[in-house]
Amino acid sequence: MASGIKDKVVILGAGCSKFGERWDCEPADLMAEAFEECIADAGIDKSQIEAAWQSTGIDAYSVGPGAMPLSMGLRLPYIPVTRLENYCASGTEAFRAATYAVASGACDIALAMGFEKLKDTGYGGLPQRSRGVSNDLYYPNLSAPGMFAQLAAGYRAKYGTSKEDLKRAMAHVSVKSHANGMKNPKAHLQRLITEEQAMNAMMIADPIGLFDCCGVSDGAACAIVTTPEIAKSLGKQNLVGVKALQMCASNGEEGGFDGWDGSYVKTTRIAAKRAYEEAGITKPREQISMTEVHDCFSVTEMVTMEDLFLSEDGGAVKDVLDGVFDADGEVPCQIDGGLKCFGHPIGASGLRMLYEMYLQLSGRAGDRQLADPKLGLTHNLGGFPHQNVVSVAIVGAYGV
Amino acid sequence: MRGITAYGAYLPKARLQKRVIADANAWFDPGLKGLAKGEKTMCNWDEDAITMAVEAYTDCLGKAPGQTPAALLLASTSLPFNDRQSSVVVAEALNLNIADLRTMDITSSQRASTSGLLSALDIAAGGQEAVLVASEHRRAKCASREEMLYGDGAAAIAVGSENVIAELVASHSQAVDFIDHFRGEGQDFDYGWEERWVRDEGYMKIIPDTVNALLAKAGVSAADIAHFILPTEQGRVPAMVAKKLGIDGAAIADNLLQSVGITGTAHAILLLAHRLEQAAPGDLVLLTGFGQGCDALLFKVTDAIKKQRPVKGVNGFLDNGRPEENYNKYQSFNDLLEKELGKRSEVNKQAYLSAMYRARGLTNSFLGGKCTACNTVQMPKHKYCVNPECGAYDTQEDHPMVGAKGHVATWTADTLTFDYSPPAYFGMVTFEGGGRIMMDMSEVDPETFDTGSEVSVHFRLKQIDHQAGFRKYFWKAIQA
Repeated sequence: MASGIKDKVVILGAGCSKFGERWDCEPADLMAEAFEECIADAGIDKSQIEAAWQSTGIDAYSVGPGAMPLSMGLRLPYIPVTRLENYCASGTEAFRAATYAVASGACDIALAMGFEKLKDTGYGGLPQRSRGVSNDLYYPNLSAPGMFAQLAAGYRAKYGTSKEDLKRAMAHVSVKSHANGMKNPKAHLQRLITEEQAMNAMMIADPIGLFDCCGVSDGAACAIVTTPEIAKSLGKQNLVGVKALQMCASNGEEGGFDGWDGSYVKTTRIAAKRAYEEAGITKPREQISMTEVHDCFSVTEMVTMEDLFLSEDGGAVKDVLDGVFDADGEVPCQIDGGLKCFGHPIGASGLRMLYEMYLQLSGRAGDRQLADPKLGLTHNLGGFPHQNVVSVAIVGAYGV
Repeated sequence: MRGITAYGAYLPKARLQKRVIADANAWFDPGLKGLAKGEKTMCNWDEDAITMAVEAYTDCLGKAPGQTPAALLLASTSLPFNDRQSSVVVAEALNLNIADLRTMDITSSQRASTSGLLSALDIAAGGQEAVLVASEHRRAKCASREEMLYGDGAAAIAVGSENVIAELVASHSQAVDFIDHFRGEGQDFDYGWEERWVRDEGYMKIIPDTVNALLAKAGVSAADIAHFILPTEQGRVPAMVAKKLGIDGAAIADNLLQSVGITGTAHAILLLAHRLEQAAPGDLVLLTGFGQGCDALLFKVTDAIKKQRPVKGVNGFLDNGRPEENYNKYQSFNDLLEKELGKRSEVNKQAYLSAMYRARGLTNSFLGGKCTACNTVQMPKHKYCVNPECGAYDTQEDHPMVGAKGHVATWTADTLTFDYSPPAYFGMVTFEGGGRIMMDMSEVDPETFDTGSEVSVHFRLKQIDHQAGFRKYFWKAIQA
């Protein structure tokens, strides 16, 4: 058994741009905005960065392929720079690559930068795009909400949940995230909504309505990682260490074999179990202080609470409505507004989540600071509910 | 003995109420009100002459695998390709034995179907089985008579020399360059001449001439004809021609003008199928096809007719309609409007012919893979078995899934994504006997549809590229 990543790498600095419809910004502008905050926080010079990873989800619509956007955008000092794409988990993938590079000893200080420029399409929602020449011949021409609405149908069928109860729980998820987003000056959407508004909003993909969908945003987020020893030598205190970094990718069983009923995401469950083991967590609901999960749609967040073992199977509707995941609940979720309100520039999202966890664990989260968080979990889910990639990362106070 | 061995039909579910056409256009041409009775069949946006042909064949012969007709002939004047043989697409969708199959598209006349039937019967004379499918989806100008009169539909006739249900007695054909209407190269619509002239100089002369020659050849009296089929949009013409020939009025086949409309060259075969549903052993059936001349075929029904019935037949499809009152939807589905489809419709529609060729087992024939090591059925076919207990490499054989009964496991109605008829329904379908796939759904009834709904799969249009003139097909789940 591998020894795992726990406490081998710490976050030296993190940064995040304002998310939103940044009509006046090129991707490089967004990256620079995040990077300036990050490098100042890290307290190092750009020349000390030895390798970098760039994550984008839909680069064809913003910057094209390759790593030039990052290396040119920040004028990095002729170091190895690699572009990564892995659906909505791209940001966490970049972080994983940088963390592993440091843990391996291949370099001392590495940068993970995620960004996306989505608002150059001329319409709302994510860009239309090919899913591959052959796949396009038979895949349904589905939108992202259409993909994740499948979870609602599967969940209702499995647990006999009424449409009304499910829709109300979904609404609660969004109302909570809007309330959290109000306290985040970098969030894309900063307004309160009511459950009634969410339940009665325009239908996008049954039963997902407008307020069940996350923001489609421009933005960038990044982190600089190093070893605990180097961080200490640089005078850093209250270090935030990486406790677990797990990924899981579907192999087609969920969609192609008869076990999966559409009520859960298999890969999340596998990645979560591995992450808890890597971090030494045995009772997640008690031990995890807060989560940033992939709430691309409200129903995704609700189902994810079960997939992360924070709710019992079939228990998420009640837990959500009981406020377990509200800001003042037992395990606050999306304390920064989540994808829902902070926004979802795809390649940036995983790093945006880690940015928030880092701020919270460092006690620097401003109005939305939680009381003494110990462990934060981030989760990304990209693709379809039945074939996808999932990342689960856990960060916490170093050495604790 | 050679003759008809099976018959079947297909009519689209949507039935456009003709009064909505008149309501929209009577300000311009009040004469349309006189044609506004009843309804007509209307293709969904994802149906065309090819998809309806697949359905009609299936109604005729079922989905039994291993059918090996020697020839598949497709008659239509509205085939989606000028150069890509549509009958081959139909043959692959039907999983016919394409390694040993003659195919042919027969077109350019309303008489194409009866001429095609004669060719099929010629093949049957050589001791082989052949199937003639006729399918039509014509477009008509806004506020035209044709818009009122044309319906969409398809029908199929199998011919051979065993288990004959209607024996060919005789046939006769005439070729006359009588142009009641034409559709020139590159033209979308028909251009026709005055009805009265078409009636007096065309129907009333050419058909009696041909039929009389046939009856003389067969030694049959017109009075003995039990079923007289004359496809025409002119309501009174069949009775006038029958009277002139001496055919009993009770023998005249209903042209279904107020329930289907005239389905172009498919109409002769559709009416033949309709009459065969009511025919008794010993009946004489006279089929005529009119267009630049005339084909006349005389059949005698045998005792075997009682044993061979279509799956649904014309009557079954007539009873299975859904009234459509949205004229704009009809015009949109027939691409008769310069419609704002939204930027999401600007998806990549390129044909990628090499990838399509590789994928055609799945896309044309809906073949899955069946693992010879563990019998797991999977879609699409894959190099490795999907069963985690097996995982064997290179063990999968083609497995036809078309007839499999499916159930909806997950679904949504997506209004964000582009669809010609939003919302787009799609979801995971699990098939009895194994196999599951995330697929599009069509013609969903939102009142009754949910997880668990039973579905069957149907060959439908997936994507249309109007710029390149290309269209892609795939299978869609439709509620049982």
